[in-house]
Amino acid sequence: MTFRLTVNGRDVTVDAEPGTPLLSVLREDLDLKGSRFGCGMGLCGACNVMVNGTVTPSCDTPMWSVDGAEVVTVEGLGSEAGLHPVQQAILDEQAAQCGYCISGIVVRAAALLSENPSPTEEDICAALDKNLCRCGSQRRIVRAVLRAVAPEGRQTARAPR
Amino acid sequence: MTTAAQHVVPPHLDANPLLSQWISVRADDTIEVRIGKVELGQGISTALAQVAADELDVPLHRIVMVPASTDRSPDQGLTAGSLSVFHTFAPLRLVCANVRGLYVTEAACRWGVDPAEVSVREGVLRAGEESVSYGELTVDLAVVADPAVATKGLDEAREVGRSVPRSDLPDKVTGKPVFVHDLRLPGQLFGRVLRPPSRGAVLVEPGTVPGFDVQVVRDGSFLGVVGAREAEVNAACDRLRATSTWEEHDTLPDEDRLEEFLRAGPHETASVLDERTAPAQGRVLRASYSRPFLAHASIAPSCGVAHWGPDGRLSVWSHSQGITNLRVAIAQALGLPQDRVVVQHVQGAGCYGHNAADDAAFDAVLLARAVPGRPVRVQWSRRDELSWGPFGSAMTADLSAVIDDTDRIRSWSHEVWSQGHTSRPGYAGSAGLLACAHLAEPVEMPAPVDPPLIRGGGTLRNAIPLYDVGARHIVGHRLLQTPIRSSSLRSLGSFLNVFAIESFMDELASFAGHDPLHYRLQHLDDPRAREVLQAAASASGWGSPLADGAGRGIGVARYKERYAYCAVVAEVEAVRSVRLLRLTVAVDVGRVLNPDGLRNQLEGGALQAASWTLKERVRFDKRRITSDDWESYPILRFSEMPEVSVIVLDRPSLPPVGAGEAAQGPTAGAIGNAVAGAVGARVRHLPITTEAVVSAIS
Repeated sequence: MTFRLTVNGRDVTVDAEPGTPLLSVLREDLDLKGSRFGCGMGLCGACNVMVNGTVTPSCDTPMWSVDGAEVVTVEGLGSEAGLHPVQQAILDEQAAQCGYCISGIVVRAAALLSENPSPTEEDICAALDKNLCRCGSQRRIVRAVLRAVAPEGRQTARAPR
Repeated sequence: MTTAAQHVVPPHLDANPLLSQWISVRADDTIEVRIGKVELGQGISTALAQVAADELDVPLHRIVMVPASTDRSPDQGLTAGSLSVFHTFAPLRLVCANVRGLYVTEAACRWGVDPAEVSVREGVLRAGEESVSYGELTVDLAVVADPAVATKGLDEAREVGRSVPRSDLPDKVTGKPVFVHDLRLPGQLFGRVLRPPSRGAVLVEPGTVPGFDVQVVRDGSFLGVVGAREAEVNAACDRLRATSTWEEHDTLPDEDRLEEFLRAGPHETASVLDERTAPAQGRVLRASYSRPFLAHASIAPSCGVAHWGPDGRLSVWSHSQGITNLRVAIAQALGLPQDRVVVQHVQGAGCYGHNAADDAAFDAVLLARAVPGRPVRVQWSRRDELSWGPFGSAMTADLSAVIDDTDRIRSWSHEVWSQGHTSRPGYAGSAGLLACAHLAEPVEMPAPVDPPLIRGGGTLRNAIPLYDVGARHIVGHRLLQTPIRSSSLRSLGSFLNVFAIESFMDELASFAGHDPLHYRLQHLDDPRAREVLQAAASASGWGSPLADGAGRGIGVARYKERYAYCAVVAEVEAVRSVRLLRLTVAVDVGRVLNPDGLRNQLEGGALQAASWTLKERVRFDKRRITSDDWESYPILRFSEMPEVSVIVLDRPSLPPVGAGEAAQGPTAGAIGNAVAGAVGARVRHLPITTEAVVSAIS
């Protein structure tokens, strides 16, 4: 079956079985490897993308459900001017170790900031609660997202060093 | 050359003595640095690039760290045991100092000046008006490193000691293809293995996959699928699962009676210390502690790529911790000469010990054998990762001590039972690769072994308390019949042994009516241990009042009894449920190469250990592992993570040691003690769930 969708602002057409996971199409057909496979059950967040603005685990999202949709992956978050503020803040805080989970976290955090420009620490933890990180970078990631909040929206002090 | 008696050749340089094994200078002035240790997300490639940049006097951005490969990197064995910095710092410095020296000599020769007149700065060699860059000179580096060459002094460090940002992170935050999972070679196919439905199951009749454009590969009870499209391969594997018939048996112990299982034997027993003479006089206290089996639970399932080339060469790409061991094991399993096999390291997700990386690589080798000339990539499923990868062994320990009239500890006994902590490729003479056990000519896996005590041991790792406790009696029992596969998981036996020791110290302090910190200090002579304890205590506000229902606990250890010192203070709140609020970590790893990288390792180690301590337990029934997804094997989430702060005690004059496994045991001890302080009842059997606390109270 043929599906049309917009991925990172680009119109694409792909042939796939209707049940093929979106993640597989992104990685194999469109060569966008930034969305990572973690569990295939939508339980870890490593494959998070935005589908029509909503954060969605692409590993268990079948192609039939996204025909005509607008998809944004981690590769689509930055601009020519540079990195998305969340990506920059994660580098500034060195908020990753292995970095396998970080694409899905960046997508989730970017979506949070577009909905809520001044989230509290609790808001950030709640938003990221479905994203797993095994290396234990969570506290740094929370600090990074707070750092990415525009200065006027910033509410919480940095963690002690 | 000066004799080795005067200048000791550092470990790993004796086996890889040529400068050219470590360093290549490129014409574009970049310097290729090859080390045999691999990047696991721990930041090793950044920290060691700093070392090379300083010693060569070149800008950091010109250092190119080349991923390890069996055909072009020095063989440094495993990247494990928190030894990468320790094993690589000295040889890499010396190699770089040698290279710098040869380039200085070459420049001096070219200009007809004394080498002492040549200076090197920012990758440029100068003398008077003359200047030349590294890349413009040609020097033969196929020479043996001279151990007498002087390395830089502490005051000459520009990069070492600085929090240089990790070089690998920019590509990760932007989603570049950096993992072995992302590797795509020309003509590459996808493979997936259908693991048996339970341990010891034998394939009776393989299923069929009509309508799928895939190839089914069978060798005994090893069953796999290869095809051009990943989604189709996975769907075909599901179909194969639904249609295959297996003969199954009950093979696993009772998950609720793990301690009995561990104690039943047969065992191999090792007595490390027995200083008992006459029984000590005084009050006796005893307690038992345990931990369940723990999963690595990396966020990516393991993945490997293999290619049988037309020249008979087998190329393998893997996120293994030990590419040389994997190469030898693959050659052994298939009866190939080793020189036909090349293993190249490519990054995977976080590695916390011997996970399924090697198994996935061998799966790819077996499936690729059915399609010669085509590379095959095998990625495990989440369920396979959580149920077929090796686990950290369940353990249990009995501690007892005698305290005298002055409350001083006069004797101490620590007896521990565990499965072995190593079944890495090549262990106990076995290839140690999962699929070997399922082939038509199966190679059964021997019981996991333990690393020798001289290398830190496994079951007995950190079983000797760092306190002055009088006569010590330390014994370990390694189980010889092991239906559940176990191997190295970050800190090995240290996690349970330190949890037990640190819990027991609190029990003794409480029994004798002393503050746990002071009681520890009374029994502690080692000044570095005292300092980390005091630093963590002071930063955590030790002794200050706590809210109702809150508790504070402390734990300390020196990893493997001779590397990093680490103390942790935990603060918990136990009102309706157990909530870990804060971890304060103090660490002493000798000289610090990259302070922020070090903090990151400690934070991660402490938070992962907090997850093990509070939540994790591998579940199983009589036949199969049942904790095979993130709902049945929960780990700590964002909202459950405590604040964590790290105090670094820098010791610039002492050699740097590893940091990745320093925090595990002390964190568990601190949390257990904090919970006991909060609720007045102690949980001695991990994990410390809310249910376990309720049960301890009642």
